[in-house]
Amino acid sequence: MEVGMSGISVHGLGAVSPAGWGVPALRAALEGNIPLPTAPLVRPGLAEPLRVRPVPPPAVRPGFLAHPRLRRASPLAQHVVAAGLEALGDDAKLVQAGALRLGLIICTMAGSVAYSRRFYEEVLRDPATASPLIFPETVFNAAGSHLAAFLGSTEINYSIVGDDGTFLQGLALAAQWLAQDRVDGCVVVGAEELDLIVADALRLFHRAAIHSAGAGALYLKSGNRNSQLGTELSCITDSFLFTAKQNRTLAARKMRDQLAPRDEHGALCLSTQNIGQRDAAELAAWANWPGPRLAPKTVLGEAFAAAAAWQCVAACDAVQSAKFSAVNVSVVGANQQAVGARFVKSETVALP
Amino acid sequence: MITGAGIVTALGLGWRANAAGFRSGRAAFRPVTLFDVSRQRSKIAAELDLPDTPPATQLPEKTARRMDRAARLLLFAADEAWGQAGWLPGDNLPQVIGTTSGGMSLGQDYLRQTIASPGARRRQPARVVHYQAQRPPLYLCDAFGFTGSVTVIANACASGANAIGHAFELVRDGLAERVFTGGYDALCQLTFAGFDSLQALSPTPCRPFEAQRDGLSLGEGAAMLALESLDHARSRGAEILGEIIGYGATTDIHHLTQPHPLGNAACAAMAAACASAGLKPAQVDYVNAHGTATPQNDATEAAAINRWAGARAATLPVSSTKASTGHLLGAAGAVEAVVCLMALREQWLPPQRNCATVDPACQFQIVREPTHAKLEVALSNSFGFGGANATLALRRWG
Repeated sequence: MEVGMSGISVHGLGAVSPAGWGVPALRAALEGNIPLPTAPLVRPGLAEPLRVRPVPPPAVRPGFLAHPRLRRASPLAQHVVAAGLEALGDDAKLVQAGALRLGLIICTMAGSVAYSRRFYEEVLRDPATASPLIFPETVFNAAGSHLAAFLGSTEINYSIVGDDGTFLQGLALAAQWLAQDRVDGCVVVGAEELDLIVADALRLFHRAAIHSAGAGALYLKSGNRNSQLGTELSCITDSFLFTAKQNRTLAARKMRDQLAPRDEHGALCLSTQNIGQRDAAELAAWANWPGPRLAPKTVLGEAFAAAAAWQCVAACDAVQSAKFSAVNVSVVGANQQAVGARFVKSETVALP
Repeated sequence: MITGAGIVTALGLGWRANAAGFRSGRAAFRPVTLFDVSRQRSKIAAELDLPDTPPATQLPEKTARRMDRAARLLLFAADEAWGQAGWLPGDNLPQVIGTTSGGMSLGQDYLRQTIASPGARRRQPARVVHYQAQRPPLYLCDAFGFTGSVTVIANACASGANAIGHAFELVRDGLAERVFTGGYDALCQLTFAGFDSLQALSPTPCRPFEAQRDGLSLGEGAAMLALESLDHARSRGAEILGEIIGYGATTDIHHLTQPHPLGNAACAAMAAACASAGLKPAQVDYVNAHGTATPQNDATEAAAINRWAGARAATLPVSSTKASTGHLLGAAGAVEAVVCLMALREQWLPPQRNCATVDPACQFQIVREPTHAKLEVALSNSFGFGGANATLALRRWG
């Protein structure tokens, strides 16, 4: 079900990452193209700490954290709200005034795993005293609910769960809602939070992988509401699943064939992270790509849906800055799917 | 068009067992045996007897045996729906599935081993892979030999309804000819303890819309629907079981776990579903309520139904089948859509028999006894944490 986009424009970008809070920090880190330093994460019972890339504290405490819904919210929710609001920009006021119907799509793989772990540890100690304050924050859609509450938006709001490629599925879903005229705009956020459980689990599969966290967000509108960034989402490929009959290599190749069979201008933004076994299928699929390549995960680390969102943010940022006229985003996910997207320069850019 | 339906609840496996149970209003609660509940306020749930042998599919026997409880629930429901639809393997068959916790029992096992034996890796990689919510639908691809996108919607207790609603829109808008959709959730300790910590669980079987209700009861299950366009169904001579004709989804921003007292978003979801189906309240013959039996949910939902239905409320039959199977969380919307399909197809109303005194807030008719009825259209409500509100509209076929 390849979704060929008809005038879906990117109106805003948002990011929270190990590079800091905001798209400029992400941009600077990617332009530097040097892996960000890691930090130790103590894992009880292990002699050596795990190495991770956490999100640094914000330079200034974000004002939204004073909202009653966000005082106890998980790191995941904080990342979602920060990236979502940055992407929305001034349109947040329109949403709050009831003048803009906003759809929300939150994409994640691990969800609020830190609060889930804390809550279950309390249950194991004594289920009768486990905290009722923590449990609701463990629900996958808590972060999206908080963002909706902050914005006062009662429109459709989905949380979708899956591997890295889920963020691109979220973009396709947003395009569908826009095509239906169900909403005037849609914010799609990919987000993950740091926790020793995820870092530990990642180590079981790829010892060199560095767990990181944060969020990336794209704010989409239909083409008749022209792009402030001059960037369009021109297509999203089918989701090519990893199944018994279709391994990662085959899925990645099919995705590449559908995304860029001939049109090989522009740049390529990969989900590789300099881990041989993890990257092999994707690198094979794009072996003959002649153009420039970006690979944000090599700088930022592995953050699943958030990392796919960073890829898209980086792609849009590169198109917006006229660095490239088009960027193909290739996502070969952790354990579900290969899926791609293309962002191109808009033919028409609206005046402010 | 719905051409296949599969259902698994504590009432039994499959359409026949569940139709008999829902039609009679049988309650399926019993003491929890899957995990220790000795320190919890509630000690019961609608726990089901899952056969040791999974259904025969293309999955290797070893794989099928290793599936966790949640994945097996989904496989049983999917097997029934797939067989009934008579679908053949192929490409480009999207799945849209709702769940709240995926294979959380495996996640619990992972954490317990991590704490008890930090360096031990045995079985841990498999737990990581198989606890994830997208794993069970990926199994379905291998079990029935198809591929296509997998979208897992995790909108708390509205997940199943959101999944079916999204699937309906994919077919309606011509983005897919057929979609395999539904929801699943298995009982697990984390969720049980979570609802208990909120003091949302009743120590006795739940009593939706009862004046003295004191909380919900949890259950487990799965339901799947084979949806396809009318042209596609007709082209292959498929038997049509019923129709999804409308879907509404809204967000209640009042509180993370508590609905707005006036039920604004719930009312808006029902109105949106009816608008998308071109229905007026007078044309709706039955509402399968979310009806969790918590004091707040049922009061809010009653207010919402009263307001949405207007003059129709006085004669409108409403029931919550959670009185039979408990709250199935991410599976609830899917299971309750299948209950509506059964009611429409077999022309009965599902009763909730443990409602001695109806809450006076209900201006509508709570179905309390097994009842034959002429039904053309039913609504199914699902409302979840985070303010996820969804309503499906279904119509009898033929």
